[in-house]
Amino acid sequence: MPEPSNSLTEHVRPLASGEPVVAAAFLDGEPVLALADGRLRIGEREVVAHPEGAILCALKDGERLLTGGDDGLVVATTVNGEPETLADEKGKWIDAIAAREGAVAWSVAKVVRARDAKGAVKTWTSATSVRGLAFLPKGYRVAAAHYNGLSIWFPNTEAAPQVLEWKGSHLDATCSPDGRFLVTSMQENALHGWRLSDSRNMRMTGYPAKTRSLSWSHDGHWLATSGADACVVWPFKDKDGPMGKAPRECGVRPHRVTATAFHPRALVVAIGYTDGLILLCRLGDAAEILVRDAVPADGAISALAWDSQGARLLFGTDAGAAGLLVLPA
Amino acid sequence: MSDVATDKTPVTVLTGYLGAGKTTLLNRILSEPHGKRYAVIVNEFGEIGIDNELVVDADEEVFEMNNGCICCTVRGDLIRIIEGLMRRKGKFDAIIVETTGLADPAPVAQTFFVDEDVKARARLDAVVTVADAKYLAARLRDAPEAKNQIAFADVIILNKIDVVTPAELAEVEARIRAINPYAKVHKATKCDVDIAEVLDRRAFDLDRILDIEPDFLHVDDHDHHGHDHGHDHHHHGLKHYHDEDMQSVSARMDGDLDPNKFMPWLNQFTQTHGAKILRCKGIVSLKGDDQRFVFQGVHMMLDGEPQRAWKTGEKRESKVVFIGRDLPEDEIRKGFAACAA
Repeated sequence: MPEPSNSLTEHVRPLASGEPVVAAAFLDGEPVLALADGRLRIGEREVVAHPEGAILCALKDGERLLTGGDDGLVVATTVNGEPETLADEKGKWIDAIAAREGAVAWSVAKVVRARDAKGAVKTWTSATSVRGLAFLPKGYRVAAAHYNGLSIWFPNTEAAPQVLEWKGSHLDATCSPDGRFLVTSMQENALHGWRLSDSRNMRMTGYPAKTRSLSWSHDGHWLATSGADACVVWPFKDKDGPMGKAPRECGVRPHRVTATAFHPRALVVAIGYTDGLILLCRLGDAAEILVRDAVPADGAISALAWDSQGARLLFGTDAGAAGLLVLPA
Repeated sequence: MSDVATDKTPVTVLTGYLGAGKTTLLNRILSEPHGKRYAVIVNEFGEIGIDNELVVDADEEVFEMNNGCICCTVRGDLIRIIEGLMRRKGKFDAIIVETTGLADPAPVAQTFFVDEDVKARARLDAVVTVADAKYLAARLRDAPEAKNQIAFADVIILNKIDVVTPAELAEVEARIRAINPYAKVHKATKCDVDIAEVLDRRAFDLDRILDIEPDFLHVDDHDHHGHDHGHDHHHHGLKHYHDEDMQSVSARMDGDLDPNKFMPWLNQFTQTHGAKILRCKGIVSLKGDDQRFVFQGVHMMLDGEPQRAWKTGEKRESKVVFIGRDLPEDEIRKGFAACAA
């Protein structure tokens, strides 16, 4: 355990939540929590984004929070504005959501839709259900994770999606910030990656559980992942990515990592565990600082987010606790 | 499934061939004033006549786990849906999964063995099969799916008994027994069974494996207590059938088994014949162990644990049951016998 002097626990203040936290984000500097019951907490304000639904997926795009619900709605909410419904899938579940610079993609079982910044919506239907979506950083391209691989769809062309095959069920999808690598988490407790230049496969295995939290470092050279009793951080700097390299393991504890979030300016990763503990870990020397002690009754850390300066860390748990760390100046 | 955490949501799987009356049973469950709230996962959206708050449309996406085991199929959509439903935790008491008429129940059941997240949040309660008293016998001849559903069941609702003669009813019951003598059978018209006989059965709880006897030793209209011939040929007034390819094989032994022989045998047997084995169950006495060891499984997947101490005066004995297709009966009997301590 970190020494008491390596503790930031005094700089954490609890936030009211009361409902499982699905996602956390800062919008124009305000801490925002997306709650399972369809509500958003924006600073002191409460906004009902999904009146009849639960929030299944959420992410920040620019200064708005996008949420997808089991009510079939894709909703965008800004810090002062009212929720704006971007799409209504008539009660079908929004399983995954992705966004980039005003464009939004979401999936409803096998159906994937992309809505550009001007509001034009395109549709593609996958052969099997889509569990994860990610925009590629360049061009108007959406990667969709599904059974037996990943498809890269070009919404503005009629061309068939480019298929990257790998046997098994693929869950979440993420693209490296430089656009060189696509990575999925898998049902089989592994990550799978593809180098886009030549579709070369990369297997990242050894997890005791599914990885459901993936976070890229600010320089795009590292990918922090949940699913093990440490935060497993894969190197993506070199042209071969993590191939033939061992990952770093940060914050080794006898508890599963459930959430990860890289600091926006430094090679420091915030790590949340099943028992509610949060650590900051510096990649260079593996130094650890305690942010929050274990509170098993509060549930597992389900959301972690830094503000754009990296001065504050917002977190929430799957049993409805939440808090804000303000780093001492 | 072994640890019965009270906060795990029970999941009932409702199967049955096309037209047997699954929707009738589902509507009855949802409309009765039992005070329970159900999340219902259906495949034929809109069929439910009852206005239920939580009805989820499923795709019945069965896929193979990429783990080298060919019969290790799971329902991918179910993993996703159960994860999503947990966002509404506290808003419902139980989940009912209605499968399509042609579905194999195994992938549904296996999902609860394979996926750690599903396992942590939900527990498989029972597989309930609705069968049409008039047409089941024919379906058992021409539809392997119907046979699977009977073989897999913990509870069978033998429905529409008002349109068959007593002789036809006895016939279809005997056909069911030839395949699965262990399921609880309820005869019904318009699925008018006591809902308590369908839900919260805890059929997959290791804690609830009390004994493994053919169900007709327990039913009201028979009083054959304590009959155990160590095999499946119970007649008891029912006409006896052998199903051509689906059957149950049980083996029993007085005294202890050698754990160093039995565990490897059970693992090896289920790995080798997993594709044929639909369900298995056992209560065994292991040498040097004060506790009863219980296990149950689906295809190659096994789940077992020490259950409770043998009681003073309780006869230490071991019994295993396999239900499946073309089971190697001799191999089971000989292999099991060779495990004696």
